[in-house]
Amino acid sequence: MSAIHELTQKNRPGVGLTVAHTAALVGLVLGTGAVMQWVVGPAAGIYPATILRQIGIVAIAAVSLNIVNGYTGQFSIGHAGFVAIGAYAGGAVSFYANSLGWVGAYDPAGLLTPGHAVMLAGAAIGAGAAGAAGYMVGLPSLRLRGDYLAIVTLGFGEIVRVLFQQTQSQVFDPQAARALPISGWWPPPLGGAQGFSSVIPYGELFWIYAALALTVVWCYRLKFSSSGRAFLSIREDEIAARAMGVNLTRYKVRAFVLAAALAGLGGAFYAHLNLAVQPKDAGFQKSFELIIIVVLGGLGSISGVLLAAFGLGGLTEWLRQPTSVWPAALVALALVGVVQAVRRDIDSRARGRAMGRALLVIGVLTGLFEGLRAFAAWQGFKLDDIRIVLYALALISVMLLRPQGLLGTSELWLVPGQLMRRKAKAAAAPSLRTAGPADPAAAPATGVGGMGGGVTEAGGDEGWP
Amino acid sequence: MLGQITRWLRRGVTGGVAALGLTAFGAPALGQAASGEPILVGHFGCLTGSEATFGISTSNGIRMAIEEFNAKGGLGGRPVKLVEYDTRGDDKEAGAVVQRLINNDKVVAVLGEVASNRTLAGAAVAQAAGIPLISPSSTNERVTAVGDKIFRVCFIDQFQGYACAVFAHNELGGNAALLYDQSQSYSAGLAEEFKKNYAKLGGKILVEQSYNRGAADFTAQLTAIRNAKPDVIFVPGYYTDVGSISIQARRLGITAPLLGGDGWDSDELGRIGRENIEGSFYSNHYAADQPDPRLQDFIAKYKAKHGAIPDALAGLGYDSANLLFDAMKRAPSQAGDALAAAIAATKDFPGVTGSITINAKRDASKPAVIVELQADTPGQPPRPRFVAKIDPPTDK
Repeated sequence: MSAIHELTQKNRPGVGLTVAHTAALVGLVLGTGAVMQWVVGPAAGIYPATILRQIGIVAIAAVSLNIVNGYTGQFSIGHAGFVAIGAYAGGAVSFYANSLGWVGAYDPAGLLTPGHAVMLAGAAIGAGAAGAAGYMVGLPSLRLRGDYLAIVTLGFGEIVRVLFQQTQSQVFDPQAARALPISGWWPPPLGGAQGFSSVIPYGELFWIYAALALTVVWCYRLKFSSSGRAFLSIREDEIAARAMGVNLTRYKVRAFVLAAALAGLGGAFYAHLNLAVQPKDAGFQKSFELIIIVVLGGLGSISGVLLAAFGLGGLTEWLRQPTSVWPAALVALALVGVVQAVRRDIDSRARGRAMGRALLVIGVLTGLFEGLRAFAAWQGFKLDDIRIVLYALALISVMLLRPQGLLGTSELWLVPGQLMRRKAKAAAAPSLRTAGPADPAAAPATGVGGMGGGVTEAGGDEGWP
Repeated sequence: MLGQITRWLRRGVTGGVAALGLTAFGAPALGQAASGEPILVGHFGCLTGSEATFGISTSNGIRMAIEEFNAKGGLGGRPVKLVEYDTRGDDKEAGAVVQRLINNDKVVAVLGEVASNRTLAGAAVAQAAGIPLISPSSTNERVTAVGDKIFRVCFIDQFQGYACAVFAHNELGGNAALLYDQSQSYSAGLAEEFKKNYAKLGGKILVEQSYNRGAADFTAQLTAIRNAKPDVIFVPGYYTDVGSISIQARRLGITAPLLGGDGWDSDELGRIGRENIEGSFYSNHYAADQPDPRLQDFIAKYKAKHGAIPDALAGLGYDSANLLFDAMKRAPSQAGDALAAAIAATKDFPGVTGSITINAKRDASKPAVIVELQADTPGQPPRPRFVAKIDPPTDK
């Protein structure tokens, strides 16, 4: 990933370099899809591959929500509405293209059949429709801030849900679909309260992970573009951003539209994986699932959000039949030990304290969980029954231990550099914050997230005079 | 302290030895209980979440059927073992857990879900893998249209709408009002079928109103209905809303009985509606006071085990498992195709929710019952009483 980061830092590349960059990015996107489809998928088996596909889609939606809630610091709780718009549009395009006879029957072996072309067109239409909806809701409402914006976006999600409830019933019979006059397509036959079902299963690992890679690359490059810097400045201080000439409404709407379009893309794949879309998929419960992932991963951190999406997705499945956590605890402890040993921003006493704290936390959590497992085995109840309670407890403990999210506002690949460099910087410049722009890699880490407050790292405080 | 521990240990050892003795000597002496390689059957249901009671009732019914089947020797000496996963009431999880049941646990057949949209998600997976899936209680028509491996043991919404229309027209009168939940496909679909069949029988729908699930105030809709003066009000919603509707309807002076579908089937309805819901009717899969020895036997056993009268979902869960076992016995092998063919050939299977025949659409052709809510003693919450049985129309 660091290569891409380098690419984004070069301001005015020549034609040859531009072609090379584009080829590298396209290669990365298709390569991710190919690795998932032909290496990870077969190695994991059918069932884990299904879970991976679901997580990939959730990750697309969460990474896109991060543009609004993370970069720009606006609290949107209607994101599932955009996902649902994309899902309905993508699902309807594929379903009706099939029943109108435009594409052949579904071939489970193919990855680029005419059906896939229609599916991709549907995904583009879904992304476009969601982006347009983002513009329509964004333009009037993004002059609002904080709680008011949250309420408006909540209302938007509910409006989408009710609108989908009011659609006509789905036309399942191909002959009836062909005989339908133009006027019969309005209101659109999307199934009403019954939901839209029987979508063709084009949601292969390849396409989902190519879409995820595209989303991640897009969002990562966005973060360091001029728009991205404007988003971050709005998050940090709206008044200061305005004073510096940032058009608040324009950039907020831009963030909203981009996030909505990517959510629509994820939604289109959701329709092709789940094969059915319900009006309630636009409801606020689904939006909150995404917000949990973004907050847990760290507002503004793409890798943090990915980590949270995969971690939470894996956790809910693993909790069905939990295995012993001792090996994982030992690995975690070893990792913490290595990180604490190599970091140069704290002295040996602080290091000892940090190690002790990590040992205590990991030890207590492991002990509690193993105790619970033993208790469950003794009492003869399944942990599956209290799976959601354990899931919620995991969320609570992460938020108590790391209120700024797993990675704060930083990125996974930037963390080692930060730990190694911070000491040197503190010595060179008295203020950590002004030192940021001199080192582009550390720049996003210096901002303090809306949720995090000032508790980013103990070491940081010790660097202050 | 030490004494206590030794006492525990001793008790544990004695218990263990006794258990060992039972398996070693007791089982062959009984000559009945199944042993050998277990056959795995999967169940996916909403065991947690807002509809948890549905999933748990179904699970109770399925477990009872399995216990009885194993006690009778299982399938040629092989016991059936249940593998069960929770869907949390989430569509997304339904598809994944069915995948898990089939690919990881290698079940021979899958039972579940209650909600039609989750069954649809699971059915797509089961059909692709060629493993039979029997839904105990998904009434949406689309479910079994997924493919030739998907079955159900309950009637479909179309028939329930028909049964309500027949009962309303023949027993309650020719003028009806409609009040349905537009946010629920179940409710909207049932209203649609009722309307169609009621009109076909010569009845008239005077007024049509709708609400969204969880609404608190129904005054506007009920006032419109009161002004139309119907003989019966068809309210195919879920019991929580129906309870409030009954209270507000009586307060507005509406005396016409309410009529609903199996979404009413909960003890809660009587507790919310009290005397307001008395004298109202709903269609259901079975009635606990129906004079059928098989059903009464099931109810007695269920009551002994769980301390409550089983609801229809428990009965349907029990029937789905038993119908599967019946097909397993008839099937030449437990492979997906053979088992599905055996299930499809089920005819006049004696279930506790009525005699079940699997028709060409892989739906269960069986009668519906109409029950009336009546209190045992005045002031008590009313309970459902059997009033009529509606057979499926002969042309279907």
